[in-house]
Amino acid sequence: MSKRRQPLFLARHSYRQRRLADAARLLPILGAILMAIPLLWPQGEAPGTPTTSIAMIYVFGVWLALIAAAALLARRLEPQPGPEEDGAGQATPPQSQSEV
Amino acid sequence: MASLNLLIAVCLAYVALLFVVAFGAERAALRGKAAWLRSPLVYTLSLSIYCTAWTFYGAVGYAARSGMEYLTIYIGPSLVMVGWFWAVRKMVRIGRSQKITSVADLISSRYGKSNRLAVLVTILAVVGTTPYIALQLQSVTLSVASFSQADAAARPLGDQNSTAFWVAAGLAFFTVLFGTRNLDANERHHGVVMAIAVEAVVKLFALLAVGIFVVWGINGGIGDTFARIDASPLGDWQIKGDRWAGLTCLSAAAFLTLPRMFQVLVVENEEERHLRTASWAFPLYLLLMSLFVVPIAVTGLALLPADSNPDLFVLSVPLALGNNGLALLSFLGGFSSATSMVIVASIALSTMVSNHIVMPIWLSTQGGGAMVSGDVRHVVILARRLSIIGVLLLGYLYYRISGGSTALAAIGLISFSGVAQFLPALIGGLFWRAANRIGALAGLILGGTLWLWCLFLPSFGPDVILPASVLESGPFGIGWLRPWSMFGISGMDPLVHGVFWSLLLNTLAFVAGSLFTFPTPMERLQGAQFVNVFDHSAATRSWSGGMAQSEDLMIMAQRIVGAQEAQALFARAAQAQGLQGYLPEPTPEFLQMLERELAGSVGAATAHAMIGQITGGANVSVQDLLAVADETAQIMEHSSQLEAKSAELARTARQLRAANEKLTALSVQKDAFLSQISHELRTPMTSIRAFSEILRDTEGLDDAGKAKYAGIIHGEAIRLTRLLDDLLDLSVLENGQVNLNIRQGGLSEILDHAIAATGAETGRMVLVRKGLNDVTLNTDMDRLAQVFINLIANAQKYCDADHPVLTIDTQVKDGQLLVDFIDNGTGIGAEAQDVIFEKFSRIGDQQAGGAGLGLAICREIMARLGGAILYLPGQQGAAFRVRLPLPVRMAAQ
Repeated sequence: MSKRRQPLFLARHSYRQRRLADAARLLPILGAILMAIPLLWPQGEAPGTPTTSIAMIYVFGVWLALIAAAALLARRLEPQPGPEEDGAGQATPPQSQSEV
Repeated sequence: MASLNLLIAVCLAYVALLFVVAFGAERAALRGKAAWLRSPLVYTLSLSIYCTAWTFYGAVGYAARSGMEYLTIYIGPSLVMVGWFWAVRKMVRIGRSQKITSVADLISSRYGKSNRLAVLVTILAVVGTTPYIALQLQSVTLSVASFSQADAAARPLGDQNSTAFWVAAGLAFFTVLFGTRNLDANERHHGVVMAIAVEAVVKLFALLAVGIFVVWGINGGIGDTFARIDASPLGDWQIKGDRWAGLTCLSAAAFLTLPRMFQVLVVENEEERHLRTASWAFPLYLLLMSLFVVPIAVTGLALLPADSNPDLFVLSVPLALGNNGLALLSFLGGFSSATSMVIVASIALSTMVSNHIVMPIWLSTQGGGAMVSGDVRHVVILARRLSIIGVLLLGYLYYRISGGSTALAAIGLISFSGVAQFLPALIGGLFWRAANRIGALAGLILGGTLWLWCLFLPSFGPDVILPASVLESGPFGIGWLRPWSMFGISGMDPLVHGVFWSLLLNTLAFVAGSLFTFPTPMERLQGAQFVNVFDHSAATRSWSGGMAQSEDLMIMAQRIVGAQEAQALFARAAQAQGLQGYLPEPTPEFLQMLERELAGSVGAATAHAMIGQITGGANVSVQDLLAVADETAQIMEHSSQLEAKSAELARTARQLRAANEKLTALSVQKDAFLSQISHELRTPMTSIRAFSEILRDTEGLDDAGKAKYAGIIHGEAIRLTRLLDDLLDLSVLENGQVNLNIRQGGLSEILDHAIAATGAETGRMVLVRKGLNDVTLNTDMDRLAQVFINLIANAQKYCDADHPVLTIDTQVKDGQLLVDFIDNGTGIGAEAQDVIFEKFSRIGDQQAGGAGLGLAICREIMARLGGAILYLPGQQGAAFRVRLPLPVRMAAQ
């Protein structure tokens, strides 16, 4: 990739796009963690065990929140991120070139 | 009670509706008018083939048996789709840019187009999907059976096998009809996708209807439903941590690797931006599908007798409550789920089987190497159709063998874990450039074997394929190879155990194989293309570029075939499409025609790559580039050959011209020579004739007169003889026929001889000798003396000084003997210095005698002796230098 000279901090828009892409990458990790939390709850006859209805509300709530976040990100992320938008370089972070 | 006949009629009507939908979509796609076919909504709905009859019926059964665990099957794919920015986006981009047709194609392309790998993936996929297809047949059969149980007039249950058979046959027919209608390079099936989208709506609607009926119709609202759930056997929160985490990961992996999911997710993907809609809409679809599962399960457990099959609660709850309409809808939902899965799975598998197994075998039996001709299309389509029928037949056989007894969820999970074996090779291939073929092969073989051993073969139950003793104590009594407790680790859940070991060892083998072997160059190229796909490919555009594309195509075509031809071509195409002007719509037919036209100029591969670039249909793959490079090399070869030929021609022409000039010059020279020589011969002949006539005719000539005239005649005859001798001598020298008499002698000896011969010492000319005297030579003494005599005689004849002095200077310089003859006359003018060594060139006084051949002879002699004779200007007189190379021994002195 040819490195073009870019003015510092002028490309706010594409910078925002890159951070949104970061968020889109991190969202499933957050989702996985949230979905794993029920594993920490006490089980069976143990005192304080949540009922299935509470578990359902939690799981479906997290699920719905994930969907909403994904929808929001999908709306904000531009289909063709990057150069032709404002000439401010790649919106996607450069892939690692060093590994061979 | 719904009669079985009504059920069959509804099924047939529903199938007919699907036919109409699929047919209409195909027609619309053919006319290119189906923008709505390419909406993100249709794409998202087509992804719903993830929800098969396993979801529709099995999820409720799963919930009734294991509580909330069924959710893992839907949470995994939801997370994958929410995280589309990681893997799915890359897969879609690669799928488009590399024209990937299946998951086997993706893996084999990534690892250097290894067909061995493709065959392995295909076989594993067929083996893994067969139980799944059997599962669909089983679910349809069970649902029909549960209707017929309720119908008193129905046939007995023993007829289940025929139900399964007819369902399989009908699905094969539909799939063959719409799955192999056209042989699209992109493997897209608009009709099928549309039918699946409709089925997705039907099954969601059916399940939601049953759920709403259960929650609000039976249980009386949300709050009451929750209260019932908490009071039921499912009420206590009870999950196994290993299964929860393991199954979430497994379903996420299967979502990426299932052949049918790959087909809709990557192959049927029209535009990359559809992913961003699907990223949230598909998880939403999954959420809705699983929302009412627990309420239905709880209600079924409460309402129905304890021995009823929980897998059929979705159907049996409405039936038990007499809601036949809802039951019928629910049946249709289940039917939809089953059929859509079977259709897409068999299309995906048939693509893999025909591309990677049947076609290579067929091509190799055809004597190989033949270029693709028209009839290959028929072979491919036939191979597809047979593969579809074969895949469905396998599913049916599995259903018959396994007895259709196992719980739906168990079969589905075994299928999942089978295809999940592709995951290390797939993800490794997408993100790790060093991943190579050996590693992928090793991982797949090891993982596939473990899967067969730990999960697939035991799934038939003890004593069907694996004897019970093997399950108990391992093969040949080897305890640590027991299918359910490998390496002596027992107590794990069998499924988690199998998935854990197979995927772990698969990944280890994959990584180790990649670390310790070398990839081929093709693999490295493909690896770079795959891993860095976003660096060198644009997001896929749709085909709706329209006029802008046509203009680009026009610009390109003009450059290649010429402006006039390109404009005529485009105008013809536009006219054929019924358009005014020069820009036709870039329909596939037009693009094909243009590609053919361009291929005539630049070669097929280059033309394909160029059009592909402009229409955005495909990125150029390495193979395309290699083909382009081949063509370019051929063209360059041609042009360099032409160039060489024309250079050769130019050289020959130059040589001919030079030869011609030389011949002309020689002819001129010859003419001059002839005229010279006739002149030279004529002069003495004239006087000889004149004086001999006088002698003959004059009467009374006295003796003195006779003697005088005879003397003149004699003198002229001598002169003539000398001239002829000289000419003969010169011609001998020039022709190289001279025999040199090489011998050793001193230089002074020759000089003394020459001086004596010319009488220079006794004449009036003063002779001065300088320099060395005693140089020993190894040469033809007589010839060298001839040269010296000539030079001294010339000095005697032509030196016009009052007191002529001839200086003979001998010296040795740079291994050469230099003998200078310098007189003190006026010398030779600069204009004459060039010609004095030519034949018949005489300067000054013509009466001095001599034919002008002396110096020419000298020059020839010196050339024969390996030396030279030169005129030495700037010596205040005529000066000649004779140069002769000395033998090395002499030079050392």
